[in-house]
Amino acid sequence: MRVLMKGTEAMAEAAIRAGCYAYFGYPITPQTELIHYMSRRMPEVKGVFLQAESEVSVINMVYGAAAAGVRVMTSSSSPGVSLMQEGISYLVGAQLPAVLINVMRGGPGLGNIQPSQSDYFQSTKGGGHGDYKLITFAPSSVSEAASLVYGAFDIAEKYRHPVMILADGALGQIMEPVSLPEHGLSKPSVKSWALTGAKGRSANKVLSFYLDPKTLEEHNLILQEKFKNVNEEIKFEEDIFDDMDVLAVAYGTVARILRSAVQRLRNEGKKIGFFRPISLWPFPEDALKSASRKSKLVFVSEMSYGQMLEDVRRVVPDDIEVKFYGRAGGVVPSPNELYLKLKSLLEGGM
Amino acid sequence: MSNQILERPRSLTGKQFHYCPGCHHGIIHRLIAETIDEFDLREKTIVVQPVGCAVYIYEYFDTDVSEAAHGRAPAVATAIKRVSKDKFVLTYQGDGDLAAIGTAEIVHAAARGENICVFFVNNAIYGMTGGQMAPTTLPGMKTATTPFGRDVKKQGYPIRVSEMLAPFDGVAYVERVMVSSSKHVIKAKNAVRKAFKYQLQEKGFSLVEFLSACPTGWGMPPVEAAKWVEENMAKQFPLGVYKEVGLDD
Repeated sequence: MRVLMKGTEAMAEAAIRAGCYAYFGYPITPQTELIHYMSRRMPEVKGVFLQAESEVSVINMVYGAAAAGVRVMTSSSSPGVSLMQEGISYLVGAQLPAVLINVMRGGPGLGNIQPSQSDYFQSTKGGGHGDYKLITFAPSSVSEAASLVYGAFDIAEKYRHPVMILADGALGQIMEPVSLPEHGLSKPSVKSWALTGAKGRSANKVLSFYLDPKTLEEHNLILQEKFKNVNEEIKFEEDIFDDMDVLAVAYGTVARILRSAVQRLRNEGKKIGFFRPISLWPFPEDALKSASRKSKLVFVSEMSYGQMLEDVRRVVPDDIEVKFYGRAGGVVPSPNELYLKLKSLLEGGM
Repeated sequence: MSNQILERPRSLTGKQFHYCPGCHHGIIHRLIAETIDEFDLREKTIVVQPVGCAVYIYEYFDTDVSEAAHGRAPAVATAIKRVSKDKFVLTYQGDGDLAAIGTAEIVHAAARGENICVFFVNNAIYGMTGGQMAPTTLPGMKTATTPFGRDVKKQGYPIRVSEMLAPFDGVAYVERVMVSSSKHVIKAKNAVRKAFKYQLQEKGFSLVEFLSACPTGWGMPPVEAAKWVEENMAKQFPLGVYKEVGLDD
């Protein structure tokens, strides 16, 4: 059955149906409906809900619940996620699975509460200290947001690694029809490493502390090896031709807007393709490289001054030009604005 | 014929402690481990380890152990206890951990009345990082970062953690003890037992503060350091029960 839901609420309900047993949160706009929703629903499913004193505590509660072996989630928005970076580094170091939702808003600093995509670097390139990457998925519809949250718990457990759903204020606030799987479809696995009391086994230790340099290097090599396998989780959407004049690339809410502009130009007979990374890390490198080879020019748009742009430039062959158009501070580009940019490019301008 | 009257607690692994001579961590570890054994809780206990000298507690306790980032142990313990109410959860924290970087976490865990035990080791100094000023450093006390002695006009006053936390409604039991002599060790052991009972009876948050010697950080021989705990620290941080809501029989 399809129901009309807000992005934040759809993600919350999807998490519960995916077996999320504990949710810890701290209010911050524009994702407060998610914590409201969880405060009502978690007791109904006999799960744990707690509003903590800060995002710093929240992420460490996530750490504790993950260490105890349960499916756990938190959600926040940009400044709150900045406060969680210490804990995210620890989750990675201790190889703990957790699902984190960032409904991005304008920054830096306190910024504002409007949609933004300026936390791409923070989410995909580390954010906290140490050598790590965060598995990051970026939905562009409410339905997809719910579906990504649903799958995120399995992926987090598969790699014993945190997974972030990188949404934005627009996606958090819009209402769309969404179809959610029923209860009981996903069963959390029993974890041999979890802290459940050392009954009938040797004591389990959840640690990221390895004082000896060689041991810590070995631990890091294990993590790096694991990160290579994460390539299995690459997700993207493409709509391309063999000889495109322009390949338009964006993710999340901007991708949705860009898609409208691309469609309008196609209706005008223009040879323009569309590529949307859904997994931001791992980045769909091979797919984008291959798609870009079929185009004369690559166009990237983001609600930032060019963060994903760096990954696009990294994979697009040097002889193909990459053009960029970004808005920030909470300004959402309009379909017409992107249409005009693309049109100008097709006519040799910009 | 000889009867064995003392043995290593089963909840300790037997690995030799790395602590400096005269440091009280070893005694405090033992008191907690003995109590875990007495209440037959080894298979139910989850210890949340601190950052600082006792970061190695996972090597010594033969129980499940979770690491926590500096100061965050009460948040980690809160979640562990909330998702597994049938487990016995304790944190072991130093003064920098609990009274500086982790003040928010300990205050709110106490205020929420989390049903956990906190064992707070106050040695008035940052031991592991090389003897810098702690929030509990005594006025006039010389440390690596108060080389002329702690000047309360410049560095503020020490924080009395037991007195600070006891008034919260969620707090069930708070006692300050020391382990500088066998008489005090026995008293401290009773405090540990009581803290355990408060969690087992689901009465809420309990904290035992141990005044503890750091001979290396203080630059004193062990015996003098133990004496210094009694003569100086116990004046600044008076021993005693600060909160006790009462146990069931």
